[in-house]
Amino acid sequence: MERKIRVLVAKPGLDGHDRGAKVIARALRDAGMEVIYTGLRQTPEQIVGAAIQEDVDVVAMSILSGAHNHLFPRVVDLLKEKGVDDVLVIGGGVIPDDDIPGLKAAGIAEVFTPGTPTSVTIDFIKQNLKRKA
Amino acid sequence: MNDMDAVKRGAEAYEAGVEKSLARFPERKKDFVTGSKAPVARLYTPVDTAKIDYLRDVGFPGEYPFTRGVQNTMYRGRFWTMRQYAGFSTAEESNKRYKFLLEQGTTGLSVAFDLPTQIGYDSDHALSQGEVGKVGVAIDSLADMEILFDGIPLDKVSTSMTINAPASVLLAMYIAVAEKQGVGADKLNGTIQNDILKEYVARGTYIFPPEPSMRLITDIFAYCSKDVPNWNTISISGYHIREAGSTASQEVAFTIADGIAYVEAAVKAGLDVDDFAPRLSFFFNAHNDLFEEVAKFRAARRVWAKLMKERFGAKNPKSWMLRFHTQTGGSTLTAQQPDNNIVRVAIQTLAAVLGGTQSLHTNSKDEALALPTEDSVRIALRTQQIVAYESGAAETVDPLAGSYYVESLTERIQAEAESYIAKIDSLGGAVKAIEKGYVQQEIQDAAYAYQMDVESGERVVVGMNKFQIKEAAPKGLLKVDPIVGEQQAAKLKALRAKRDQAKVDAALAAVKAAAAGSDNLMPPILAAVKAYATLGEICDVMRGVFGEYQQKVIL
Repeated sequence: MERKIRVLVAKPGLDGHDRGAKVIARALRDAGMEVIYTGLRQTPEQIVGAAIQEDVDVVAMSILSGAHNHLFPRVVDLLKEKGVDDVLVIGGGVIPDDDIPGLKAAGIAEVFTPGTPTSVTIDFIKQNLKRKA
Repeated sequence: MNDMDAVKRGAEAYEAGVEKSLARFPERKKDFVTGSKAPVARLYTPVDTAKIDYLRDVGFPGEYPFTRGVQNTMYRGRFWTMRQYAGFSTAEESNKRYKFLLEQGTTGLSVAFDLPTQIGYDSDHALSQGEVGKVGVAIDSLADMEILFDGIPLDKVSTSMTINAPASVLLAMYIAVAEKQGVGADKLNGTIQNDILKEYVARGTYIFPPEPSMRLITDIFAYCSKDVPNWNTISISGYHIREAGSTASQEVAFTIADGIAYVEAAVKAGLDVDDFAPRLSFFFNAHNDLFEEVAKFRAARRVWAKLMKERFGAKNPKSWMLRFHTQTGGSTLTAQQPDNNIVRVAIQTLAAVLGGTQSLHTNSKDEALALPTEDSVRIALRTQQIVAYESGAAETVDPLAGSYYVESLTERIQAEAESYIAKIDSLGGAVKAIEKGYVQQEIQDAAYAYQMDVESGERVVVGMNKFQIKEAAPKGLLKVDPIVGEQQAAKLKALRAKRDQAKVDAALAAVKAAAAGSDNLMPPILAAVKAYATLGEICDVMRGVFGEYQQKVIL
């Protein structure tokens, strides 16, 4: 049997807006992926720990508080430090267009802003997995 | 007088006639629904409102059950308070924004705190990194609060503070600043949000577990009833429940269920219902479905009045009144073609005003993108002013009363809300229903259904899933300088070096003793704040005694 794509949906930082994260989590699950949701207030260290422990293919983070420039790259760096280089890291939330090139340069594969249909995120994940599912 | 049988026959004949012509003139779609997906009939007639007893169910403004509003003249006396939620960066920056807003004609302040402040961490805490000054102003100690309200006379403005878990500490700081201005606590007007239950289900800035959190809230009720009598001690909030994805009826139901839990906790703590209930206030959302939203506000007043009178035996009519603040719906705004958001906010403003709100925040057009700029905040405020001065909506009381549609919707929302409240009662009340994840699951199901409707195109969001254009990235968004975190950390270091540490230690020990015992926590917190103990230090002491809430993750 084919292995399902495993996704960690994570809420880094102190932000409590989790409507988007939960909708995405459910849409990915409905698209046949296995989804683990961290809940609120995760440090980058906790997120990376969970990603390794759960052996996920994708880390999908959501921030609406404006702390993305600080927290998203930190997760990518920590994954690298732990020798993990085959996990796709994506982000979403209220993120100004001006910040996106910097986030991509820091290793966030794609950033999804308000109004993005969940199908776009699902397709992106399927087409950009670093590991073969 | 209507001959109801004749009207009924007429309505039936009308429907039969329409059915016949539908083959040639089909309607746009099979099912018509409200913004919350409740069915909408083709036509409403006196038949739909026949069961409503005007005196019993609708009544007069300023009278039980307050369906038509809590004041007898409503906006003919004075307009609602135009209160724009604002705050970002440092106390200095936010103080400037408040003065700008007051110059532009806002009539009350509304303070947004950053996330570390809302969760009781000082700006130099490890978890505060990247968050300082982002979604609101950073307040670490009384020193910041003094700057925040510098030059703003606290006996002249009313101030609403969106602060929940550490509400006691921020209220204490406000009282202390007022004292330094020579304004007594009995002269203060304002509101603290202080609504922890919706933090657990929808907003996320909780600190302590439910039991000590409820105790902090009842301590505030008790303290203010004597010392800060004009203060709204809580703003029981449906706003965030709706933003998290609930329907209009769920917004009313879950908010009022939380309200019941607070009243029960206070009564259990030995307070008389009429001593604190007149200071309870509410906070609702205004979304785009104009009629459903108006009906929601009217229904909420009726449900609350009935509960307070019949279930809790309140005698003071002020205890029966549901007074509320409204904010337009942030989640209805689109990042695409953001100028369109001005129109959405105008409709929502009208809904809040036709629904009889006591105060209103209008969102700015750029809020799906970033914090609002001064220009977009001005447009948002002008939207309220146009509705107030030009639309005519404020010239008579409750203008939509008697509309067959709006009265029917009001009845329906009341019935749906009461049925949810009965369900929550059967689960053991709001606290238990939240611990079981019931409320969260209901909200998430509605949020997911909404998203799927948008993606299928069944629900049109103009500019987002229909009538799209290619557009350039928006320019001129407000940015908070990341240096704010370092500035606050430096201020804290200086404060800790300068203050009388022995006095701080003694004050914190007194907070700890009160937390561990049963004395009211407000007096020792006020003393600690005046000794310049920081917000983080005071909350840490309470964390030590109370422990921290562990979120129930529901998917």
